[in-house]
Amino acid sequence: MSTSIATLTDATFDEQIVQGDEPVLVDFWAEWCGPCKAIAPILEEIAGERQGKIRIAKVDVDANLEIARRFEVMSIPTLILFKDGAPQLRLVGAKGKGQLLQELDAFL
Amino acid sequence: MTDGPDVRDVIIVGSGPAGLTAAIYTARANLRPLVIEGEASSSSDQPGGQLMLTTEVENYPGFVDGIMGPELMANFRGQAARFGADFLTAKATRVDFSSRPFGIWVGDEGYQAKSVIVSTGARALMLDVPNEQRLLGHGVSTCATCDGFFFRELPIAVVGGGDSALEEAIFLTKFASKVTLIHRRRELRASKIMQERARRNDKIEFLWDSVVVDVLGESSVSGVRVRNVNSGEESDVAVSGLFVAIGHVPNTDLFKGQLDMADTGYLITQPGSTRTNVEGVFASGDVQDDVYRQAVTAAGSGCMAAIDAERWLETQHDAPPDIAQTPRNW
Repeated sequence: MSTSIATLTDATFDEQIVQGDEPVLVDFWAEWCGPCKAIAPILEEIAGERQGKIRIAKVDVDANLEIARRFEVMSIPTLILFKDGAPQLRLVGAKGKGQLLQELDAFL
Repeated sequence: MTDGPDVRDVIIVGSGPAGLTAAIYTARANLRPLVIEGEASSSSDQPGGQLMLTTEVENYPGFVDGIMGPELMANFRGQAARFGADFLTAKATRVDFSSRPFGIWVGDEGYQAKSVIVSTGARALMLDVPNEQRLLGHGVSTCATCDGFFFRELPIAVVGGGDSALEEAIFLTKFASKVTLIHRRRELRASKIMQERARRNDKIEFLWDSVVVDVLGESSVSGVRVRNVNSGEESDVAVSGLFVAIGHVPNTDLFKGQLDMADTGYLITQPGSTRTNVEGVFASGDVQDDVYRQAVTAAGSGCMAAIDAERWLETQHDAPPDIAQTPRNW
């Protein structure tokens, strides 16, 4: 399932965020962030279960600070849902699967 | 309810050092514990507990050079799993300790157990001042190890005077241009070694006798308003980030009306044991300890709870069912 999660960078973000018809949930994370690691498997599950309805992508803030700054990410994990390249929903902090789906499904 | 195959010998609620030690001991006693370990969160109320948000743990015995908090907890969990503990990554939402076997629910899903070990721990307190919640994730952070990175070359404030506050302040000097430690007294409660480290760190400035009364900023934190507790005078400190380490509150809402607790919310256990007021329900770790609150004391009391539960379960085998099923107070 991990293959369905794309990796975005400062260089590729603008191009990739508008690809496809589904909304894109971008996970701003970093290696040193424990709560980010805790939600990683949850996001993989959601990517599998909501295939065709949502795409999930990751931005490693350590290597891609420009994108993190542009969207004023000051806390990780931050999840931002983009539709046609525009942010629709912003979730700050790790959450359980049920709560994440509840917030996301309203936009799918 | 009957003692069908679905009734566990023991369910452990919580998965910090206390819960996972209880899991190791009860698993090794062939009690096949189910650990309801909680769910992902950026607060300390998450699987693995408070150590999941820390970096280096220097005072857990057995690790000469220290160990990272999340790594230590992954080891605890792996050790419990090795002996057959089962894990459920979810938060318990309701318990019923009034009938036997005991009932624990995760949403609509019910679980039954002959005995329960409560080790839900404690979570970090927030300031509870205006604008704190609004600016959460925009300069107000609950996780210094996650968010320190975003405050490179920026001034920040840490509130508190205990070990956690000083540890955060020292950690954050790796990134911040300056760390103002705001404390309501003139003396720190933190251990001597942490106090010395903080005083020696020239990026840390102390603001004594002061409490934060508001967080300032439109789209992100631009400062905090503090009040001097002696003069009552208020002033603003310009900071881009705010980290709060002012103490903890036990995670006991789930047990209100069922387990005896102090006014502070901490569960009450019978002295020298982990027994609560309900026979067969045991409490261990920070959820019942507002004095020591260390990883090693939590682990120790988790071990006590496992032994208490195991011995109690043994007495139930011999007891006639009517006695075994009648809740008693001690």
